[in-house]
Parts: sequence; C-alpha cells; structure tokens
Amino acid sequence: MFVEVLFYAFAAVLMAAGVTVITSRNPVYSALSLVVCFVTSAALWLLIEAEFLAIVLVLVYVGAVMVLFLFVVMMLNIDVEKVRSGFTRHAWLGVVVTLVVIAEIVGVIYARRLGIDATRGAAPLVPGSSNTAELGVALFTRYAYPVELAAMLLLVAIVAAIALTMRKRRGLKVQNISAQVAVRASERVRIVKMDAERRS
Amino acid sequence: MITLGHMLTLSALLFALSVAGIFINRKNVLLLLMCIELLLLAVNFNFVAFSRYLGQIDGQVFVFFILTVAAAESAIGLAILVVLFRERKSINVEELNRLRG
Repeated sequence: MFVEVLFYAFAAVLMAAGVTVITSRNPVYSALSLVVCFVTSAALWLLIEAEFLAIVLVLVYVGAVMVLFLFVVMMLNIDVEKVRSGFTRHAWLGVVVTLVVIAEIVGVIYARRLGIDATRGAAPLVPGSSNTAELGVALFTRYAYPVELAAMLLLVAIVAAIALTMRKRRGLKVQNISAQVAVRASERVRIVKMDAERRS
Repeated sequence: MITLGHMLTLSALLFALSVAGIFINRKNVLLLLMCIELLLLAVNFNFVAFSRYLGQIDGQVFVFFILTVAAAESAIGLAILVVLFRERKSINVEELNRLRG
C-alpha cells in the first residue's frame, strides 16, 4: 500500500515535470524539469529494486548530460520568442499523435491474448543477492565485448565533440612544437665571411 | 504492489508525452534533443520493468548500453548545435535548408 502511494506520487511528479519540459517557454526551465524527470525516474527504479541503474541514471544524466545541456543553453543566446512562434499551429497534431500512441501502447499492455500478465508483481529476489553484483557479472562475462564497444563509442563521441567545436582564431600566436624540435643549427646561425674593417 | 501494468502504462504516457513534445517544439533543436532524451527514458522504463518482472538481468544490461549511446548522442548533438549556432546565429529548424539542393 505504502509502495503504491509512493509510486503514484513519483509518477505524478514525473508527468508534471514532463509536461513542463515540452511546454515551457524558457529552455532553462525545460532543462531543469528534465532533471526532475530523471531524479523521479531514478526513484521509481529504486522502487522496483533496480538500484544500480537508478544511481547510474542520477550520476550520468543529472550529473553529466543535463549539465552539458545547461551549458549549451547558457552559451547560445536564443531568441525564444522567434523560435516559438509556431507553437500552437502544430499543437493539435501533437495531441492527436499522443492519444493514438497512448491508445496503442495501453491496448498492447492490456491485451489478454498476447500472454503478458500485466497484473503480477516483480519477480522475487534471491535472498542475499545484489543487483549491482548480478549486473556486474553479466556485464563482464556475457556482455564483455559489447562493453568494450560501448567504451569505444564513448571515446569516438569525445573526439568527435571536441573536433567539431574546436575553432582556430585568426592571429592567435601559438607555438609549433614539431617545427621547433626539428630545427637545426645550420638553419638558425648564418656565418658571414667579410673583410676586416679598416680603422679610420 | 507495483504491477507490470503500472510501469508499462507510466512508460507509455511518458513516451506519448515526449512524442507530443517533438510535434509541439518543432522549431527548437535544443528542445527536440531534450524530447529525444525523454523518449529514451521511456524506453528504458520498459526495459527495466520487463527485466525486473521476468527476473532476468539482461534487460538492465541493455538499459546500460542505451544510457551509453544516449550520452554519446547528446554530446555530439550538442556539439553540432553549437557549431550550427555559430554559423547561422539561429537554431530554428525551418532555417536549416541549405542542403535542399
């Protein structure tokens, strides 16, 4: 009973924050509402005993991705009013698509013929088992190669993001290290032979 | 007791909400990226719910990978957005028509 009350409370906060994300006039408020979405989702995942992913969601999303979003919002000076001028023109389309998607997914969930028993509770946990340990065993045995690929993907993402946003300013004085190292004495010192000057 | 139906319905609502967000904020690339993050969160809800209710850990491993890919995607997306804003002084989708041919 208490768990259900918690579930409905977090779900209500999640939905309210989601509505704020898509309707807010200011992108900063949207980003902050998205942070609230992620935190409440982490709480909901804790409620169904997926602890490790809940913590990872807070660390990765709230700690890294949303901070990145907020930085970008601050760096770009967006003219909000001009961007939002077509807000209500497509709103009816959004509402129609939303209702269709909700109807489809809820229909799938509660269709009895698909063999999904949507009314049962979570699978019972083995006493003494740890979600983090189970996930770690799965990640580093059966999913070892995908983990390596994911690490590679993150590296590519880092390199791509830096390569995209780095800009060279004109007139900036920088050292060319390889040219400095490759220089020889004969290129720098010029020995000139000339006659001795007569003392006057 | 939180049933599978509870989680799946919540995830469906979240998914539909973010699809609506994509239709409503069709001009602002930044909000489109945020809506995509919300979509991925809804998908992750499904994975976690089925993983817990079927008693298999593999669903949570998939959530892990989706989180990784989503982080990489948002990093590159935001980098492209910054470059775009530097070039065009605008993030309006309707002004991005240079590749029309």
